[in-house]
Amino acid sequence: MSNNVLELRNIMKVYSNGVVANKNVSFELKEGEIHAVVGENGAGKSTLMKILFGMERPSSGEIIFKGSKVEIENSNKAIDMGIGMVHQHFMLVPSFTVVQNMILGIEPKKGINIDYNKATQMIKELGDKYNLRVDPEMKVKDLSVGMKQKVEILKALLRGAKILILDEPTAVLTPQETEELFVQLMKLKDNGHTIIFISHKLKEVKSICDKVTIIRKGVTYGTYNVADVTQSQISNLMVGRNVVLKYDKSKSEAGKAVLNVKGVSCKGAEGKELLKDIQFTANKGKILGIAGVEGNGQRELINVITGGRRNYDGEVLFNDKNIRSMNVKALRKSGMSYIPEDRMTQGVAASAAISENLAANRYESQEIKSGILMDVKKLSKLANKLVEDYDIVCKSIAQKVESLSGGNIQKVVVARECSIEPDILIAEQPTRGVDVGAAEIIHKEILKLRDRGAAVLLVSADLSEAMELSDALLVMYEGEFVAYIDNPSETTEEELGLYMLGVKKQSREEIRRAVNEF
Amino acid sequence: MNFENRFELIRTFAAVTISLILGFAIILLVSDEPLSSIYYFVIGPVLKTRYIGNVIELAIPLIFSGLATVILFQTSLFNLGAEGVFYFSGLMAAIVGIGLSLPAPLHAIVAIAAGGLFGMLLMFMIGYFKAKWNASELVISLMFNSIFYGIGLYILNYFFRDPDIAGFASFKMQKTVLLANIIPKTRIHSGLIIALVTVLLAYLFLYRTKWGYEIRMTGINGDFARYSGMNTTKAIIIASIAAGIISGIGGAVEVIGMYDRFRWAALPGLGFDGALIAMLAKNKPGSTIYAALFLAYIRIGADLMARMTNIPSEMVFIMQAVIILLISGGKFLEKYRQKALLREVKKNA
Amino acid sequence: MRSLLDIILTPDFAFSAIRVTTPLLFAALGALISDRAGAANIGLEGIMLMAALAGVVFSAYTQSALIGLLGAILIGLLTASMLAYFTLKLKTDVILGGIALNFFANGGTIFVLYYLTGDKGTSASLASMVLPNIHIPVIRNIPILGEIVSGHNVLTYIAILSAIGVWYVLEKTALGLRIRSVGENENAAKSVGVNVMKIRYIALALSGVFAGMGGAFLSMGYVSWFSRGMSAGRGWIALAAEAMGRGTVLGTTLSSVLFGVADALSNTLQLLNIPAELIRILPYVATVVGLLAYAIRETNKRKAKG
Ligand SMILES: Nc1ncnc2c1ncn2[C@@H]1O[C@H](COP(=O)(O)OP(=O)(O)O)[C@@H](O)[C@H]1O
Ligand SMILES: [Mg+2]
Repeated sequence: MSNNVLELRNIMKVYSNGVVANKNVSFELKEGEIHAVVGENGAGKSTLMKILFGMERPSSGEIIFKGSKVEIENSNKAIDMGIGMVHQHFMLVPSFTVVQNMILGIEPKKGINIDYNKATQMIKELGDKYNLRVDPEMKVKDLSVGMKQKVEILKALLRGAKILILDEPTAVLTPQETEELFVQLMKLKDNGHTIIFISHKLKEVKSICDKVTIIRKGVTYGTYNVADVTQSQISNLMVGRNVVLKYDKSKSEAGKAVLNVKGVSCKGAEGKELLKDIQFTANKGKILGIAGVEGNGQRELINVITGGRRNYDGEVLFNDKNIRSMNVKALRKSGMSYIPEDRMTQGVAASAAISENLAANRYESQEIKSGILMDVKKLSKLANKLVEDYDIVCKSIAQKVESLSGGNIQKVVVARECSIEPDILIAEQPTRGVDVGAAEIIHKEILKLRDRGAAVLLVSADLSEAMELSDALLVMYEGEFVAYIDNPSETTEEELGLYMLGVKKQSREEIRRAVNEF
Repeated sequence: MNFENRFELIRTFAAVTISLILGFAIILLVSDEPLSSIYYFVIGPVLKTRYIGNVIELAIPLIFSGLATVILFQTSLFNLGAEGVFYFSGLMAAIVGIGLSLPAPLHAIVAIAAGGLFGMLLMFMIGYFKAKWNASELVISLMFNSIFYGIGLYILNYFFRDPDIAGFASFKMQKTVLLANIIPKTRIHSGLIIALVTVLLAYLFLYRTKWGYEIRMTGINGDFARYSGMNTTKAIIIASIAAGIISGIGGAVEVIGMYDRFRWAALPGLGFDGALIAMLAKNKPGSTIYAALFLAYIRIGADLMARMTNIPSEMVFIMQAVIILLISGGKFLEKYRQKALLREVKKNA
Repeated sequence: MRSLLDIILTPDFAFSAIRVTTPLLFAALGALISDRAGAANIGLEGIMLMAALAGVVFSAYTQSALIGLLGAILIGLLTASMLAYFTLKLKTDVILGGIALNFFANGGTIFVLYYLTGDKGTSASLASMVLPNIHIPVIRNIPILGEIVSGHNVLTYIAILSAIGVWYVLEKTALGLRIRSVGENENAAKSVGVNVMKIRYIALALSGVFAGMGGAFLSMGYVSWFSRGMSAGRGWIALAAEAMGRGTVLGTTLSSVLFGVADALSNTLQLLNIPAELIRILPYVATVVGLLAYAIRETNKRKAKG
């Protein structure tokens, strides 16, 4: 007999909105190993793990646990089987204390009351055993991210987890916290636990995992001993081709400055400085990239520029007009296009037709109106043209956007924003969670727009995207710019990494090159 | 027709069928003469021209309240204020009919305009409270129904009640205000034409104007609407106003079309029916006509049944509730949908 | 104006305020417990109405007030379960589900009433029972205080105990912890194997029990018969009370009392020379005003923050 604790065979998962998250996944887990599952955003890793943890049911396929076929109907069943999971997005109740979060569902009782003394005791003991210490009385909402993760791991251990699933645990951690996590994971391994470790950081996989399974677009492409494969072999399998993007970029001259950001600063609700003296100029005909680890102020900066946040110091000039005097509509009308980071919440009206989504930035223009009424014929002509130009795969323009795949939904957004010939396009993580084919189309459209003379402000956490597309690149760290790089495709990822993690910082003068003086 | 639309249609039919079966079950359970009950319920409304007329007459106000609710639901507003508006605007139209002296078509127009105006004011308030302060439009609209019913009753009792007639009624309205009968042997009045025109206007408003577009996008995804530069506060208020005008006109038309005095001693319930109509119509203005006819048909059927047998017509309310529950049940027939979806995906793969 | 004060500043008025607060408090507790579980119960109005009829019918046919009460609670429980089935299982929109339930109650009660009595208005022809009033020993003899707090219907005292009970369950017990977790972060609860559906079902069932008692009070305490539409918006007012109380037991109780006072006032003012039609709208106006005041405050707070 094999010593597989868990085996998946030909798993398929179709979400109720028709998205095929897992097409054909097979995967074997041996007792006592740390097993990496790697794949791009949207490859279906989280879905697979949710299936293992009983939070989603597979549409077809088999799960074999210790040699016999099982159905994992719900998380209780998974917990009973000794499976624990630390989710990509933490599953904690913010207003509860650490103890309350830990004992939820397995509350020790005294009479009809919860026995908090006993609960605290249990947690202390467990924490001592695994060297994971947290203050049980703290409210979870007051904990740091690293602490929250510890709570999550303890939660799983408290429930007797022998197989521990960690879904992108390091995405939110600082390098030190990551180190600490790895030490703890090794300790768990020594204690006989089996760990599934999801990541797309190959270095991490190399450093602590025994096995690696690669998943791409919902299909697994084999399991390897980590020692036997190189990072570039893994990454080739992950994306199905060489990761390094290469586009034929024509030279383009910097045109008029359309966006002038002058000394913008702002503070968050708790008085934390979110942006510190941000200055730069975006010129027509150029792509200005902003790179950085997510959560370093990019979101707030874009919010200010696109009119979402009014509460800031400094000023932003768009086509020489102060944007304080403009609302979102005025900004959009005077030539600002914006591809938002989160397409489902902001970028589209999911249950409206493709054509109606395409109309959002021109529904008042004669482009799709005749007199005061909207012209259905004009709109469908326009929509059909955009669907063709931007290669949006759909059955008809009347189809609801929500029934499209992620990549095609994003193409709808890109088509809408690029086709009005804006003065500036703000593109925020434009290819996140999008398949490679769609990403390539989107990249090419952004380049075309620049060649037609628009300014582009590209915010991306994806280094190869930022480096390959940008004509100049700013790096953000903790709310300020730490580097200005005028030849992004010539620098190395390592160099950028040092800036992104705050290890290196350019001088003030060097960063000031991002501003055109007049 | 694409997969989703087809499925939605199937669901609607299934919900209606289940409610009809439930109706029959109730009849079988409580009726001494189940067969004739079912006969009157199902066939009754087409037995006489007059009954067919009754169905259409009843459909007229239902189209108005359905349209008003369609606009509100499309904006994701759960506002049931059409009920109070129907009552209050109906009364205002009656007052115009009693108190003013104007030549024939103008009098009716003024009465209807008065109804629309008061409807607009009432709904504007509810919409404003929602848009500005996010105050629950559901609770406020229901409170408004009671409040304006009370105020209306006061106005009626103290100023316009006819003491000389038995029962509860206002003074007689002048002949010039009453809507003309358009089909002999029935009481179908020219309000039908107004209703159909309103359907067309509501469709144009929702689907062909920029306001309609903003309203619908606000209803589907407010974040998206704001991201696109739309003023969602304004959209909510405009939608409320439009719904108020339509339901106000509906109340006025009903009163001057069907009666010669104002006779509603209680809230008429027509505004509430808008919720069912809107759901049956899948929030499409054009479909409110069919939905209203359907509801009017089972109402008249139930009335006839109640008259001929011992089954109270309120049975229809029970069926109505079941239809709403099932149609809005996103997971109703989900297993069927999942299977069909999987087939579709595998076919395309 | 003197006469108004004279009327309000009496033990009688306080007594009557407590009395009319009873059904509001029951319904508001129902709103509270379901809302804390993240499964808003919009059907309270209808549930109360059906329970009110059930109380009359059960007590009339068994000649037992207790069985009447149990019948009302049972119907409350069953109706809330039906709502739970639709909203939790079939994913019916909670608001539309609640609206539907109220339609159902409006038509259904008249249907049953007519079927049983041949009357569509009231249950006057049914010899139904009322629940007893309780005179608290010792306290009853204290001047003023005794007049205010003693001699209420047994359900009034049960309402007060229920409020304390709901607080205790939410704060001290495992069920309460689960209810709150499900309401605040459903996924967190799910991820530790808490059966979200079950907890919500329990919360909705409990809210049905409370609304059931509220309904029983209306037809077996407040008055001794059923009449159509007798819940008269209390289920909606309770929702407003719960919102204004920000989902806390104390806040909800206090706002219920506030609306109870408005209700009592409208009853009392009928003695004065003001048109009854206008006085009757007082509780509804108070609800609108209360809800708006709450909403405006919340909006300002949000603005101040962001
Ligand atoms: N609950 C859901 N409903 C519908 N689609 C989903 C859901 N969760 C994830 N998806 C889609 O499934 C695909 C795979 O997502 P996921 O498993 O989260 O990928 P990964 O974790 O590898 O980034 C994506 O296209 C995503 O948009
Ligand atoms: Mg994931």
